[in-house]
Amino acid sequence: MQLNDTNQAVPAESGAYKPLIVAFCCNWCSYAGADTAGSSRLSYPSNIKIIRVPCSCRVNPLFILRAFQRGADGVILCGCHPGDCHYTTGNYYARRRMTLLFSMLDYLGIERERTRVEWISAAEGAKFAATMNEFAETINRLGKNRKLRDLRCEI
Amino acid sequence: MQKIGVFVCWCGSNIAATVDVAAVAEALGKQPGVVYATDYQYMCSASGQNLIKDAIRDYGLTGVVICACSPRMHEATFRKTISSAGLNPYMLEIANIREQCSWIHKDREEATKKAITMGTAAIAKVQLNTPLTQMKSPVTKRALVIGGGIAGMQTALDIADAGFEVDIVEKKPTIGGKMAQLDKTFPTLDCSSCIVTPKMVDTAANEKITIFSYAEVENVTGFIGNFKATIKQKPRYVDAEKCTGCGLCTTKCPSKKSLNEFNMGLNTRTAIYIPFAQAVPLVATIDPDACIKLKTGKCGLCEKVCEAGAIDYAQKEELIEREYGAVVVATGYNQIKPVQYEEYLYNQSRDVVTSLEFERLMSASGPTAGHLQCPSTGKLPRHIVFIQCVGSRGTACREKPYCSKVCCMYTAKHAMLVKDHYPEVECTVFYIDVRTPGKNFDEFYRRAVEQYGVHYIKGMVGKVEQGDGCLKVQASDLLDNRQLHLEADMVVLAAAIEPDPSARKIGTMLTASMDTNDFFSEAHAKLRPVESPTAGVFLSGMCQGPKDIPETVSQASAAASKVIGVLSKDFLLSNPCIAHSDPTLCNGCSQCQNVCAYGAISYEDQMVVDKGVRETRRVAVVNEAICQGCGACTVTCPSGAMDLKGFASNQIMAEVDAICN
Repeated sequence: MQLNDTNQAVPAESGAYKPLIVAFCCNWCSYAGADTAGSSRLSYPSNIKIIRVPCSCRVNPLFILRAFQRGADGVILCGCHPGDCHYTTGNYYARRRMTLLFSMLDYLGIERERTRVEWISAAEGAKFAATMNEFAETINRLGKNRKLRDLRCEI
Repeated sequence: MQKIGVFVCWCGSNIAATVDVAAVAEALGKQPGVVYATDYQYMCSASGQNLIKDAIRDYGLTGVVICACSPRMHEATFRKTISSAGLNPYMLEIANIREQCSWIHKDREEATKKAITMGTAAIAKVQLNTPLTQMKSPVTKRALVIGGGIAGMQTALDIADAGFEVDIVEKKPTIGGKMAQLDKTFPTLDCSSCIVTPKMVDTAANEKITIFSYAEVENVTGFIGNFKATIKQKPRYVDAEKCTGCGLCTTKCPSKKSLNEFNMGLNTRTAIYIPFAQAVPLVATIDPDACIKLKTGKCGLCEKVCEAGAIDYAQKEELIEREYGAVVVATGYNQIKPVQYEEYLYNQSRDVVTSLEFERLMSASGPTAGHLQCPSTGKLPRHIVFIQCVGSRGTACREKPYCSKVCCMYTAKHAMLVKDHYPEVECTVFYIDVRTPGKNFDEFYRRAVEQYGVHYIKGMVGKVEQGDGCLKVQASDLLDNRQLHLEADMVVLAAAIEPDPSARKIGTMLTASMDTNDFFSEAHAKLRPVESPTAGVFLSGMCQGPKDIPETVSQASAAASKVIGVLSKDFLLSNPCIAHSDPTLCNGCSQCQNVCAYGAISYEDQMVVDKGVRETRRVAVVNEAICQGCGACTVTCPSGAMDLKGFASNQIMAEVDAICN
């Protein structure tokens, strides 16, 4: 990987390295928030790919581990604001599970910044785009995720 | 392996301008399992849908992937399409290449590449889709309307007209809402009370409508067709059945210093009170914070004078459980108290009032019986200054970003009413823009300027100061580019409108989403303006955004027609994307039961054949009518027995793999 003067990874715009980011978005708030971002033509990097789930509590830690194994550089989980879950309490379960998972990933050597939980409502298109831009920048700075990758994928 | 058809939509130029749709169709056509791939200008049009149906028949497709706009937009449309061609409607996946691709990226190559990845993930998912069948659930044929203002009353009357039962829950002692407090309405200048009080009487007289006044919705559970609500009936300390509304108690009550809410606190009322003469229900209510008997145990005058024997100091709060098929939110609005606007002296001078307070000062049923007088001196003002957009259309944190919509019109109304009664009083309006879209609205405003001689000055007021026997107003005239120093006897602030504070709690209770200003969000800004994104919850009136009375009434009737659409069905088809448990994997640990917010999971003994062994095991069973399909149980299940139809673990894993490949 190329390093610039500040010893940071070259930004994505230079074409040298584009991190792969998986975003799990709940159908009722955050996926709709992503749609709102689209309707408002607010851009964020194309290397962020969204997977639609009914609720943030549908996201099994195994999905996140799988993403890292398959070469994702960052994973973000977005749900409804606390108290606003379409299923009343789903996002609280997600919050607890992710707290545990992220501390385990941290223990395994996956940097804390590679994983994130954000609450984004259907109306918050601007927040969605800003969060994604900021997260992409963070992952960009961290560089490629090498831990947890399925080594058989690499030649 | 499925036989998959891929259909890439141009959405006119919405997608095609940034995504090379032909290249996407070509690339996706090479994916395993894809037997047909094409692109078309408008996939959602009749001809686009026919193209899909023809392909299903011609190529014997078993799964369909549509690369188009958000599934939140057209998933239902395309499910119907493939269903009419004989395919199970759930054998469909949509890749959202408009909102989440073409609209956010400018680089064509980059967007095309992303669209291909998104299509690949959808193909990977549809490979694992299974046909699903919708369940039928019964509908409780009664509606709940939260709020008894003009919006709530109109909705309730229309639903009742169609023959269904309606409950109105109103937190105040009377229905009628803000409209009952208004003096006249624009643009016709007809008396507000004269049109709203008959509605109140109609509502109370309608045998299909039950009014729970002085009550609040405490909790709502359930889903469309099957809501259960807990209504908290606050104690009035008066038996509403016995009270005749004679008002004798209110004349004898010695506690007279409570602010009169109906008159916006401009005068006082007694501890036992009837909000106003036309209140519905016309019964007295005791304010427990002011009542001497309730606070100290001494007094009891009202009980002595009440001939009907209606006073009941021992009355307790009551919780009422009711079932509903649909819920309408009509929680209305408040005007902000412009206490943060010290420059306008609202806190310090009694002659600076909000427009709703001014409305009461002008009203024949108000504290001055409709005689215009300065609150501080009781004299007729010589000059009134109206300030527009106080707290609206601003960017500072104390301000609302939106336009409150009704202020331009009611200010023109106020100025005209003043001029009508007292032609010698000067009226000056400071505005940023005058907004009068609406039938006969601009004509109305022009009448204020041209016929009544109301001064309209474009510019904002910087400061109001207490002068000698008058208020000194400093303002700028932007069109003449000069500073103005005016003397006024009264200043009326067109304070911003905000949703009622109870709305947030109700929104959370109903899991109905709200925008950043706490107005309820509609399911679609243009096409589903009276429905909340939560099925079975509908929106009526100001709780959804600022609007005037005719708009509120139209929306109220629209919400009612949507409710009637739900209640007239005997059964509703439910979402089949729900949890199910594999009895051979279930270890009976009960963890799924503990996380289920709906109580949809129970345990029963079942005969299970596992690896050739027959045995009775205690396994989880999902009640399909209750499960809402959130998936909380699927992640909790340690043995991997629980899965979600439509969003199965292997489907999501396949998407992850396709994206990360």
